[in-house]
Amino acid sequence: MLNKLSQFFMRRRSWSIPYAIFLLVFVVVPLVLIVAYAFTDEEGAFTLGNFRKFMVHPEAVNTFIYSIGIAMITTILCLVLGYPAAYIMSQKQFKTSKTMVVLFILPMWVNILIRTLATVALFDFLKLPLGEGALIFGMVYNFLPFMIYPIYNTLQKMDQSLIEAAQDLGANPLKVFTKVVLPLSMPGIFSGILMVFMPTVSTFAIAELLTMNNIKLFGTTVQENIYNGMWNYGAALSLIMLLLIAIMSFFSNDEDNAQNESGGVI
Amino acid sequence: MMKTILAKGYLWLLLALLYSPILIIMIFSFTEAKVLGNWTGFSFNLYSSLFSGGMHHSLTNAIINTFLIALIAATVSTVLGSIAAIGIYNLRSRQRAAMNFVNNIPIMNPDIITGVSLFLLFVSFGISQGFTTVVLAHISFCTPYVVLSVMPRLKKMNPNIYEAALDLGATPFQALRKVILPEILPGMISGFILAFTLSIDDFAVTIFTIGNEGLETLSTYIYADARKGGLTPELRPLSTIIFVTVLVLLIVINRRAEKQKQE
Repeated sequence: MLNKLSQFFMRRRSWSIPYAIFLLVFVVVPLVLIVAYAFTDEEGAFTLGNFRKFMVHPEAVNTFIYSIGIAMITTILCLVLGYPAAYIMSQKQFKTSKTMVVLFILPMWVNILIRTLATVALFDFLKLPLGEGALIFGMVYNFLPFMIYPIYNTLQKMDQSLIEAAQDLGANPLKVFTKVVLPLSMPGIFSGILMVFMPTVSTFAIAELLTMNNIKLFGTTVQENIYNGMWNYGAALSLIMLLLIAIMSFFSNDEDNAQNESGGVI
Repeated sequence: MMKTILAKGYLWLLLALLYSPILIIMIFSFTEAKVLGNWTGFSFNLYSSLFSGGMHHSLTNAIINTFLIALIAATVSTVLGSIAAIGIYNLRSRQRAAMNFVNNIPIMNPDIITGVSLFLLFVSFGISQGFTTVVLAHISFCTPYVVLSVMPRLKKMNPNIYEAALDLGATPFQALRKVILPEILPGMISGFILAFTLSIDDFAVTIFTIGNEGLETLSTYIYADARKGGLTPELRPLSTIIFVTVLVLLIVINRRAEKQKQE
């Protein structure tokens, strides 16, 4: 018996069991709990009331739509600013060093609250008013690296001879870009969009700091409800956010998996 | 030529934009003014007060807590994640796909969802929140990254070496220690570093799992501080030190990697 037990643990595939249990307890069960809380009332009976409450609550719906709007503006700005940067760094002709890439990713290692307060300080220093402008600047500033990095990664892996082939076949620079480079960088663009949109739409506390409490985003609505003991309603709001993100990631999921497989985490 | 100058100019302009807020913090760490933006002359006073403990007692505690949590979480994640990676690698393909899928959930999930879900877990089972729950929460979002950084090392490894060691009379444990461990060690180290920085940086998950017993980490301290309207002046030199350390570390690592590639 003991021998069989030790044999079982010696098999390497059994080593995934502790982590499987851990994932079940700390990832799967908590997510199931969000769903369970979202569809029940305080007594634990099934209800759709939490979602109805969201629907009839103009403030919550407005915050939700406003957050999506801010996230979209941030994502577009990050794409417009970040794509050229990623492109320049990926092209050998410009001879940029790898350190440049590190410099672009580095701000991600600074605590997000410190970064945000630094943005507030910058606006104070330049005597600019805090508000929507500061909010969008702060979001772009916080999440631009998340756009640049995946696009840079795809562009760098791109086969350069394809560009040369297009040029040899008589395509002008604009054609080369729209017909070759851009389509090939789509996976990077999709995962960049996801990586910027997702944190922008789900952050809390950041917007308040950047707008002196004048603008609230959806993440804060979720946090406030949980904080004030409205667990069921808070869970329903989380589920709505999760749904939005699931829809978003549906489009770029394949690319992400491919990236994870090759294991380029840092 | 013109194109190169324009391209480089754009990169530097963008970097200047990205770094201007951090630069402001750095510059104003060398003056004493309570309010950021007031320059009252050059001084190292904030640095000396940061190290002499002349500041708020609670900030010192928050710093210690942050590092302690990060150290425990990163260590446990590295051990758990490495063992798991070896296990997952040896699973049959369908089970492996399932494990990889669940492993990716904490990475894909926004922080706030992870935070809310763990909060609900702890309150549902009546677990009082504090140091332990924060550590558990951090382990749960750090371990997937360790698995992801160890896995490629296992894939690169020649599977026959392990079998050869067994054939030559090594016990499975010896084979693990002498064959697999050296191969995956670089992945474990980068996994540990990643887990450590993720844990130090975390704000969203921490705030949902820290409870209200008065425990503070650096993130929650800064948050509370910011809501009161100000930023403890000592946080300026502290952020400067953290930032410069990370900057130097990353550049050194990167330079070394580039050199190795050239050789």
